[in-house]
Amino acid sequence: MDDRKLGGYIPRDRAWQPDALTPPYKTSVKRSPQAALLSFPSSLSEETSPVFGHATIGALDNDLIHNFAAPSQSAIGPRIIVHGQVLDETGRPVPNALIEVWQANAGGRYRHAKEGYLAPLDPNFGGCGRMITDENGVYEFRTVQPGPYPWPNGMNDWRPAHIHFSIFGHGFAQRLITQMYFEGDPLIQRCPIVGVLKSQEAVDALTAPLDMNRTVPMDSLAYKFDIVLRGRRQTYFENRVEGL
Amino acid sequence: MPQSLNYLRESPSQTAGPYVHIGCTPNFAGIDIYGGDLGTVMKTGPVKGQEITVKGAVFDGTGTVLRDAMVEIWQADAAGLYPSANETRGAADPNFTGWGRSAGDMDTGEFTFETVKPGQVPWPDGRMQAPHITVWIVARGINLGLQTRLYFEDAAEANAVDPILSRIEHQNRVPTLLAKLEKDGSYRFDIHLQGPHETIFFDI
Ligand SMILES: [Fe+2]
Repeated sequence: MDDRKLGGYIPRDRAWQPDALTPPYKTSVKRSPQAALLSFPSSLSEETSPVFGHATIGALDNDLIHNFAAPSQSAIGPRIIVHGQVLDETGRPVPNALIEVWQANAGGRYRHAKEGYLAPLDPNFGGCGRMITDENGVYEFRTVQPGPYPWPNGMNDWRPAHIHFSIFGHGFAQRLITQMYFEGDPLIQRCPIVGVLKSQEAVDALTAPLDMNRTVPMDSLAYKFDIVLRGRRQTYFENRVEGL
Repeated sequence: MPQSLNYLRESPSQTAGPYVHIGCTPNFAGIDIYGGDLGTVMKTGPVKGQEITVKGAVFDGTGTVLRDAMVEIWQADAAGLYPSANETRGAADPNFTGWGRSAGDMDTGEFTFETVKPGQVPWPDGRMQAPHITVWIVARGINLGLQTRLYFEDAAEANAVDPILSRIEHQNRVPTLLAKLEKDGSYRFDIHLQGPHETIFFDI
């Protein structure tokens, strides 16, 4: 259905999304608003969103193994493919969605000036990629599996292996940043950032299963990660024809 | 059991973390890739309307400035039209993207947007809204992106009848949404995540 014939965005389910104040994740304590949010129905300002054409994206942008590597070199680590579909809450695919991803290298080290972990940088790994979903909302990228890493929170907190995702849909109301985790990682249940999620169902929603059907034999393993953005109301009576 | 509604749940949000700039503004983070960062230029040619500069910073509950935030803005052009596939009211200014993204200055955390003053956009019931810019803030420690709006202090007449501003219960908090005109001609919009000057954040 044409987006322009839809109603406003379905309110965000704040009982499902994490709260702002989550004390075990210490940084949230002084960065969480304390007043109630101001609730309003969506308007044009939230029902529109910038346009990113496929021309924005270069051929290697979704290949993190090569997009920062020297010619004929490639990043070190377990080679994986991550693929999935972007849908909205009503189950409609979201085509032309810009997805940006970033991650640590296979040793758990980010390429960043403020990063001090002793694991080495990989000269052939930048750690970022981007892509736009096709007409069915489908995306795919190639990378190396990131390593877990320690971070200053409690005395011995470790992030499970994860990939950060930033997603644009068709309305700014859909703007979302989240993280993908890997099936079977024992650090998932120990992580205070995963811990802000309110249910096992929410943790599962961010945990990508191994997808043997999409592996490339003798080349790469594959993980499947579907993403759901907010949906819009679909009501004839809200968009009634003049005079009815 | 009744039938299942079969709706999907929105993917749960997670913090953008301390390294959001690697993914969203890699060149700013020192990673030479893509031929440049998205959202750094909002005016791709001569634009219609009043060109403005918006500056500000994000502060935590202790008053400390954030140096690891990312701020995005989204707005209509000078005629009140969005450069979006969903805009049905007419064609927006082709030299204006409507969208800006800033990592903030590495040392001061200050963000700057070179943009145009937005025109007025209708509310769903047809009333005109005051000129405004949608602002979205993510950072380490923010579990779900925070959304707010920037209105203009010098648009008092439009602000007074705006459908949102006029319905805010605590009118003494409205100034947290108003960008102030500075001596140098730019607008200042500071965002306070917490504390006595906490910005009004929206659930839209
Ligand atoms: Fe991370």
